[in-house]
Amino acid sequence: MDARNFAERLAREATTDTLRFITCGSVDDGKSTLIGRLLHELNGIYDDQYVALQADSLQFGTQGDAVDFALLCDGLQAEREQGITIDVAYRYFATARRRYIVADTPGHEQYTSNMATGASTATLAVLLVDATKGVLMQTRRHSRIIALMGISHVVLAVNKMDLVGYAQSVFDSIVSDYQQFAANFGFASIQSIPLSALKGDHLLSRSEHMPWYQGPSLLDYLDMIDTVNISAGDAFRMPVQWVNRPYAAFRGYCGTIASGQLRPGLRVRVMPSAVETQVREIYKGNQSSYECGAGDAITVTLMDEVDVSRGDVIVAADNLPEVADQFEARLIWMGEQSLLPGRSYLMKLHTREVSAVVTEIKYREDVNTGARLAAKSLSMNDIATVTLSTNQPVVFEPYTANRELGSFILIDRLNFATVGGGMISFALRRAANVRWQALDVDQAARAALMQQRPRCIWFTGLSGAGKSTIANLLEKRLHASGRHTYVLDGDNVRHGLNRDLGFTEAARVENIRRVAEVARLMVDAGLIVLVSFISPYRVERRMARELFAVGEFIEAFVDTPLAECERRDVKGLYAKARRGELKNFTGIDSIYEVPEAPDIHLHPDSVSAEDCVHELLSRIG
Amino acid sequence: MRESESIAIIREAIASTSNPVMLYSMGKDSTVLLHLARKAFYPAPLPFPLLHVDTTWKFRDMYVQRDIVAGERGTRLIVHVNREGLAAGVGPVTHGSSYHTQIMKTQALKQALDAHGFDMVLGGARRDEEKSRSKERVFSFRGHGHRWDPKAQRPELWNVYNTRIRKGESLRVFPLSDWTELDIWQYIHQEQLTVVPLYFARPRPVVRRNGQWIMVDDDRLPLEPGEQLQLKKVRFRSLGCYPLSAAVESEADTLEAVIGELLDTRVSEREGRLIDADQPGSMEQKKQEGYF
Repeated sequence: MDARNFAERLAREATTDTLRFITCGSVDDGKSTLIGRLLHELNGIYDDQYVALQADSLQFGTQGDAVDFALLCDGLQAEREQGITIDVAYRYFATARRRYIVADTPGHEQYTSNMATGASTATLAVLLVDATKGVLMQTRRHSRIIALMGISHVVLAVNKMDLVGYAQSVFDSIVSDYQQFAANFGFASIQSIPLSALKGDHLLSRSEHMPWYQGPSLLDYLDMIDTVNISAGDAFRMPVQWVNRPYAAFRGYCGTIASGQLRPGLRVRVMPSAVETQVREIYKGNQSSYECGAGDAITVTLMDEVDVSRGDVIVAADNLPEVADQFEARLIWMGEQSLLPGRSYLMKLHTREVSAVVTEIKYREDVNTGARLAAKSLSMNDIATVTLSTNQPVVFEPYTANRELGSFILIDRLNFATVGGGMISFALRRAANVRWQALDVDQAARAALMQQRPRCIWFTGLSGAGKSTIANLLEKRLHASGRHTYVLDGDNVRHGLNRDLGFTEAARVENIRRVAEVARLMVDAGLIVLVSFISPYRVERRMARELFAVGEFIEAFVDTPLAECERRDVKGLYAKARRGELKNFTGIDSIYEVPEAPDIHLHPDSVSAEDCVHELLSRIG
Repeated sequence: MRESESIAIIREAIASTSNPVMLYSMGKDSTVLLHLARKAFYPAPLPFPLLHVDTTWKFRDMYVQRDIVAGERGTRLIVHVNREGLAAGVGPVTHGSSYHTQIMKTQALKQALDAHGFDMVLGGARRDEEKSRSKERVFSFRGHGHRWDPKAQRPELWNVYNTRIRKGESLRVFPLSDWTELDIWQYIHQEQLTVVPLYFARPRPVVRRNGQWIMVDDDRLPLEPGEQLQLKKVRFRSLGCYPLSAAVESEADTLEAVIGELLDTRVSEREGRLIDADQPGSMEQKKQEGYF
């Protein structure tokens, strides 16, 4: 290659665009084989890799003595041994027209979250259907996820045409089935192509086996499809990722432009505070830049000294995004544990992390029919429409208008697993209308009048552990010394406020949430509140703690062993539970999660209730 | 666009973890990653140190490059050697590639991470390098003991990365995940970066061993019976410990020629990496144990 050719070649490479697509569909529809074959035909497989592939094929292959191209993508030992795809694999290839990043996604239902991982960054999906089997449950599930994630271009690849004698009737019938199914999904295009990944028909070029098909080959189609997202908004938005302050005179805000253009002098606002200022300078790396747009990672400095931190969003001053703390969103649940309304999760939205609670599951979608089903909880791989409430207002835009500002993940608060992927539909107007009323008489004023430090002492422990006995005794002592108190007792509250709640996990979560909120109001009123609730789950106790100021919430673990509680059995409940007459009884057929670091650890089985109260008094003063 | 994507990943990693570090191996990917990190935080110096896990068996040219980088303004480099391994005389020639890598690289890396309490490690690995890497997340979660569980990776949606970890757990972050070998070279060309001269063809002393050209970089590589030292015009596509990194015969002695060669090549980049093939599912196994 001479210098001029080289320069031309580099220039061409620099301007070629990249198309990110996925292959998806049901198990054994040939996704990995399709990619492997495509790579092979495009000379994307190097000689040494081909030799390794031949050896692998003999050991793990499913194609007899022939090379098994699926093994190129199924790179994990477990995948090769079982002959399936577990996790998404990314492969890279190029044609004269385009560069490609393809994510080969797993077809099994249990690995749906890995399929969603691949789909979330793609702009096109190649959905495979086995010509001998037609449209299956997983074909439908994947189609829903593709649509949900806003992938608007679909290639319906009817594979294994060689096994049905390349019959047009089979192809036509599958295409017609699918078009009927996907009619309401809002795909911008569905291109159906009959092919055989194994034999290579219609992968790169037209196949002589199917003269009845007049359309493009798969690769020709991928090369020519225009996937530019016309719906991306053009107002400037940039979530702040990092504040760069190397020395006093320089304060730069780093981030990636989610939409719109930016140039020095542009008037901007910092959301959510909406403070207005002007862009001073823009840096792309170490270079000053005068014009930049969506996708650019930049550092920007502002004319005025305004308060900006990570999680804020810098936006065009004349076109503001929404700010809200209540949303409706679509959600894919990925947690091994079910999603429960009322339970608190961490929510990460662009560069912002807040606490979020699913306040209501509006409906779950039937994967096959799309029917809206009622649901009290969500299991792994469920797709649902929910309402969420966050503990602080966040800057957002609907997912369909702006992916960067409308997509979020939910994270388990205890083990930090990623348990959900969500797409904001719109804000609930309630948030705008229900405002905090600023009151002149505050907690400090009330506490001063009562001459006490308001607190919440939260007793947790098994049924019959002695929580109520100790709480009752403690209140008597406090009362006698002139303190203003109140006891919230599990049984009593269930007679009134929580009369509508049962004992399922979901109901227990809501039970605790309500009591924690009531306790918070009472502490705000200046009282010393003693909460006596089994409160079996760590995550809810933590949620309760986070409602209070530091030091205001004291977790007292009433640690009587199960055997001892059962021996006493004051209310006869253990006996009932053992006989199976009482379901979901903590300690018997429902779990109690022992506090890891309670503020006070009481042992009423070895120390008298009086002594427990003594210890409490000495600790809370 | 790849540059911006990678800078965003680097910033996100640094913004959301408390004690980050970047692995620096003097190779082409490390060179690109370091350049991107400097861009990400310009005009501030790098907000994290570099870590070189030194097996003591790198090419001499690589040590020269390391010392140049260590001397650059605003750069802090930590070098870690597994002292016990060194004292026991562990090396690729005497102990074989698998054991050497296990002790002097994987174990050494874990020692260094534990000693400094790093909870986030930036690395230059790319998904197009090797089949188990093609399966890995950008923010790759490591459990206790730095173990990778390829069958239970966190879902990773859009570019909303889950950076939360508990004590004793860590993240490995790969900003170059979506770069290909060609991307790396084109970027080196575009940004005029300096790389180790070993990437360019020069006459070098080599021996033919198991069908591959191994460079004799110092007197620690004894010749086996029948082996002959030859001077061949060779270059390296991938660099590691010198007895474990095979050279390829090549005429590509400039950056432009290397890119030209790559555009026509028929052999993968890691073909010369002997540790990839020393046991079945080799790389996956090493990665599960904590290898980068």
